[in-house]
Amino acid sequence: MSISKQLKRISETVWEIPQDFSPGMRVPGRILATERIIQGMEDAVVKQVSNVAKLPGIVDYAYCMPDGHWGYGFPIGGVAAMDTGDGVISPGGIGFDINCGMRLVVTNLTWDETKPSLKMLVDQLFKKVPSGVGGEGFVKISKNEFRKVVERGARWCVDQGYGWQEDLERTEECGCMRGAKSADVSEKALNRGFKQIGTLGSGNHYLEIQVAKPENIYDQELARAFGITVPNQVVVMFHCGSRGFGHQVATDYLQTLLKVMKSKYHLPIHDRELSCAPFQSPEGKAYFSAMKCAVNMAFANRQVILHRIREVFAEVFGRSAQDLGMHQVYDVAHNIAKIERHQVDGQERELLVHRKGATRAFGPGMAGLPEKYQKTGQPVIIGGSMETGSYLLAGVNSGSKTFYSTAHGSGRVMSRSKARKIFNGKTLLKELRDRGIYINTASYSGLAEEAGAAYKNIDDVTEATELAGLSKRVARFVPVGNIKG
Amino acid sequence: MPYEYLDDIATADVAFKVWADSLEDLFQQAAEAMMKVIVERMDRVDAKEEREIVLEDDSQEMLLFQFLQEFIYYKDAENLILKLSSIHLEHKGDVYGLKGILAGEVLDPQRHRFQVDIKAVTIHQFYLRQTDHGWECLVVVDV
Repeated sequence: MSISKQLKRISETVWEIPQDFSPGMRVPGRILATERIIQGMEDAVVKQVSNVAKLPGIVDYAYCMPDGHWGYGFPIGGVAAMDTGDGVISPGGIGFDINCGMRLVVTNLTWDETKPSLKMLVDQLFKKVPSGVGGEGFVKISKNEFRKVVERGARWCVDQGYGWQEDLERTEECGCMRGAKSADVSEKALNRGFKQIGTLGSGNHYLEIQVAKPENIYDQELARAFGITVPNQVVVMFHCGSRGFGHQVATDYLQTLLKVMKSKYHLPIHDRELSCAPFQSPEGKAYFSAMKCAVNMAFANRQVILHRIREVFAEVFGRSAQDLGMHQVYDVAHNIAKIERHQVDGQERELLVHRKGATRAFGPGMAGLPEKYQKTGQPVIIGGSMETGSYLLAGVNSGSKTFYSTAHGSGRVMSRSKARKIFNGKTLLKELRDRGIYINTASYSGLAEEAGAAYKNIDDVTEATELAGLSKRVARFVPVGNIKG
Repeated sequence: MPYEYLDDIATADVAFKVWADSLEDLFQQAAEAMMKVIVERMDRVDAKEEREIVLEDDSQEMLLFQFLQEFIYYKDAENLILKLSSIHLEHKGDVYGLKGILAGEVLDPQRHRFQVDIKAVTIHQFYLRQTDHGWECLVVVDV
């Protein structure tokens, strides 16, 4: 079943959902994708983009990235910018796992140097970075101290010695969104989260040791600027978010906003997962502040995980993390809403940009990028399935058409239960080990659910982002070691 | 079986439908169906710890929504895998109330066979309705 009949093709990579597709749309929708990707996209994406286009205050278009697929409220891959004056904020445009994101760190080790220690590295990382359910992080703090963590983010971690100053510059928002007030989050959220700093979680969250093979470098110059300088260099990439804390914040405000949406603000409800409130309302402001707390928790979580990774490498190789050149390349969020300034119809406007399963990809020279990346554009980290590989990309100036947003991952094509029926976790683990990917997992059935065949082809997705002018491929990494939550 | 997992509703997540003669049974079965997403062997979860819950809402449907969230909360806050041990539902004026005892134990990933975590109970296609034969609900959880 193809969705292309419902769409108007604007160019090779732009597919429009006309404003008259569904009553109430305030702007048209646009899906950025190749024909091949469009052919495989679910019907539900079109419906969901059209629902997003009905949200008050939306400007330009409701966008969907090439890895778009069905989600709650917004599709995964959904990007929508609202006017900060008369627009709304919607938890459904951010996702339950607020600031789910990716972090990439390089080493100066080659695959040959690392290979003999791979098993030890993976097993140690599996021990030091708890995954699954019930794994408590090594940062033991009181609930009161946790309030500081959610207000200060990765900065809190670096102050405690869990990281380097330069890590902060190389993190979106420098690891802390300002204006996060812990008074806006519930006790339940604090209780769910305060023992979870430094934990990976479950589902599609993972920590991977990867190799940058020379044949997989797309742009030598950019790769060098991002720290990929040696053939077969070993890097570490991980994917996780704000854990139970963020999930509770999202759950709490989904209900709060749903209660006031119709009764207080007279907004029509097209999909309950698209609950929203005016950005300037007390409820909208409280959610934005609580969301920032969850964003900061996720930055702190990934900062502590990075610290643990450095510890493990230092221990295994008997050299310091500095000596091993373990610099963070970047940390990007892919479930977030932020205030940014963008050009719309030739005018600069202040907008609340929702990115849900979409990554910010600022082009060269843009404010908000550290000095180091002013010439290159922002590093963009896109995770694939545990079998197929992941990508490092760079933001480009032509990204302005989507408020400088690009894809975030590959997206599932097979349900979890189907994957479980087709694949056996233990067999898969053995097969992957035979193929040179050493895996340790908190759950065999969970591993089966994450089999490569359950995902869209990541190569197609990243190629589409380049063809659509959203981001540029820099390097592709192949996995050699994986910790699956 | 009083519940069934549905493949075609949420590709990346888990959906299930529950049927029961009474509303009390439906709450119980829905909780079990949900927790079985997290651990395979709910039958091995012993009632070592109890937690009391008191909830109210202006709709029965949202009461079920809140009720299911309690299990997700205790899973993270105290690492507890819980089952519904007893439940009392009441309807006073415009408000639906629930008093319940949840019982279970701290997760043992090996013994209980941990599968995948649940991040949240979603409201996507969520419903609770009375049918000719009893009660029915549909739940989608984000994993």
